[in-house]
Amino acid sequence: MDIVRNTVLHHVGNGRTATVLQVCGGRGIVGRLEAMGIRPGVTLSKISGRPLGGPVVVQINGSRIAMGFGMAGKVLVEVEDGEASS
Amino acid sequence: MRLLLVGNPNVGKSTLFNRITGSHVIVSNYPGTTVELAHGTLRTANARIEVVDLPGTYSINPSSEAEEVTSSVLSHESPGDVLVNVLDSTRLERGLNLTLQLTALRKPMIVALNFWDEAQHTGVHIDVATLEKILGVPCIPIVAVSGERTKTLVESFDKAAISPVQYKAAISPVQYDEENKWRKIGAMIQAVQQLTPRRHTFAEAFGDASLRPFPGGLIAFTTLGGAIPAIWLIAEALIRCVFDPFFISLWMPWMSRFSTFLGDGWLHALLIGELTNGQINYGEAFGLLTTGLYVPFAAVMPYVFSFYLVLTILEDSGYLPRLAILLDRVMHRVGLHGMGIVPMLLGFGCNVPGVLSSRMMESKRERFICITLTALAIPCMAQTAMILGLAGKQGLGAIVLIFGSLFIVWFVLGLILNRALGGESPEILMDVPPYRMPRVSIILKKVWMRLFWFLREAVPFVLGGVLIANLLYTFGIIDFMGRAAGPVIAGLMGLPEEAVGGMLIGFLRKDLAVGMLIPLDLTFRQTVVACVVLTLYFPCVATFAVMLRELGLTRLLMAVGIMVSTAITVGALLNLALWFAVR
Repeated sequence: MDIVRNTVLHHVGNGRTATVLQVCGGRGIVGRLEAMGIRPGVTLSKISGRPLGGPVVVQINGSRIAMGFGMAGKVLVEVEDGEASS
Repeated sequence: MRLLLVGNPNVGKSTLFNRITGSHVIVSNYPGTTVELAHGTLRTANARIEVVDLPGTYSINPSSEAEEVTSSVLSHESPGDVLVNVLDSTRLERGLNLTLQLTALRKPMIVALNFWDEAQHTGVHIDVATLEKILGVPCIPIVAVSGERTKTLVESFDKAAISPVQYKAAISPVQYDEENKWRKIGAMIQAVQQLTPRRHTFAEAFGDASLRPFPGGLIAFTTLGGAIPAIWLIAEALIRCVFDPFFISLWMPWMSRFSTFLGDGWLHALLIGELTNGQINYGEAFGLLTTGLYVPFAAVMPYVFSFYLVLTILEDSGYLPRLAILLDRVMHRVGLHGMGIVPMLLGFGCNVPGVLSSRMMESKRERFICITLTALAIPCMAQTAMILGLAGKQGLGAIVLIFGSLFIVWFVLGLILNRALGGESPEILMDVPPYRMPRVSIILKKVWMRLFWFLREAVPFVLGGVLIANLLYTFGIIDFMGRAAGPVIAGLMGLPEEAVGGMLIGFLRKDLAVGMLIPLDLTFRQTVVACVVLTLYFPCVATFAVMLRELGLTRLLMAVGIMVSTAITVGALLNLALWFAVR
């Protein structure tokens, strides 16, 4: 049985795939992330990011996007295949 | 009729613009580079069409100053406008957001699908005919950087010029629906795009590896650690094999004969300068035809060339955004985010583009910190070349001390400014382009443009500076100012009073300022202090002018105040520290 976990983007393990549930923020940040392709329903995979800070890089639709750690903390995602490791 | 090039950042609008107008706009691989409109003319068989290159935007609702410019141009009622929506074929879904918003403007539009070759290579298949049917406007695949198919694009513009009503660029019948746009885009993607699954290429794996702390840090260290000696080696090779032979074996004898011909008098002093032991010494003569030519061409230009060669390769390969990601945390300590590294790197070539590119930072606070740090602690290549010449004689240790001190000042002052200026700095959010093999022809073209720009700006100012320096010496102004500033220059910083001559000329050109130190026979300690202080104390007039434009008078005065006080403090401290160390 697949266990599904909800977490925020900067806690997703590197190499994992996740689906965006919601961007928790004001219109500004929601709009900016949406323009880059990060919006509810899209699937992305995490390329790199450290547990204590630093930019988070994800692959989405073939392109790569880098965002700040705090910003990644506002992206609520659903990780598919098991653990959402830090 | 006007063509407006519109699209996301980094889709190749400026490359296309260059190609169709033959203009000379520098295209760089990082976002926020085009912040002003570029105007050019496209000559077709039948018409001269004005082309405008707009800053990249993700959406008509602007979230940055650059996007506001685009937004306001687009919402302006202008009947002759035709939109050319440039899309990155490898990022179709993202680009369609803007495309749909543009259809709502009800202006004639043509879609250009750029990076078509990359799409093919990465297994992205787009059904152009279906896309055309859905959007109701012509869609033309192109490869802007090689010029492939741009002829087809230009032909469609030509048709537009003849009969705006009948021609191909149509007003899209698509109804824009803000609520459901993503569903609509999703449906469009389903209909037109097919992705063939493929393996990760080496370039992709390497690209990802480069932005992780490990092995990215190692890659960065090797790259930069290799770039710096490369710049030095190429420049020195040019000097040794081309410029010194010319200036010493050919030019010097000609000037010697000319010198004898001119005899004594003001013309000789103006053109040849002062002879050292009856010989011409390029470092000491200060004549228009001697120092005035040697400094820009033989001392500085080789370094400017080799620097821009290396920088352009780094830009075009797509490495710099990865460097920005790696340095993001460090940059946050000084109040910037990762992309702040770009103005700094540009500043090493010339402070003017460094200051101008601070516009890529989103907030005024960040821009102020960025501009101040660049103008303060980053020596331009012209200055660096001269510093290497002057301090090189004192050994590698002097050079390490000079640049090491500048780096420490950069960091410490950045920390202070970040603390002192309240407010938060925005976080990084950017597209990371794939690694691309830079095209040799494009690199050479960009390097040539930058070199030409440097020569055009530098040579007149250097000649002017030599003239002014001569006048200042002749009329005793340097003596006078030297005595007036004596307590600071000699007392605090341990420099000879004549060093004030360098500081006066430094307003004009920093390379000449360092050059003025050559005849002073400085000690190790004095060389280090003087070079550091000359970098810190004040911007050259060109940089001053752009700083005024970017910051406004009040904040310019603040920045300059910071620079002067830092220079005096650091000069004094460095003098003291070295005096203790050398004792």
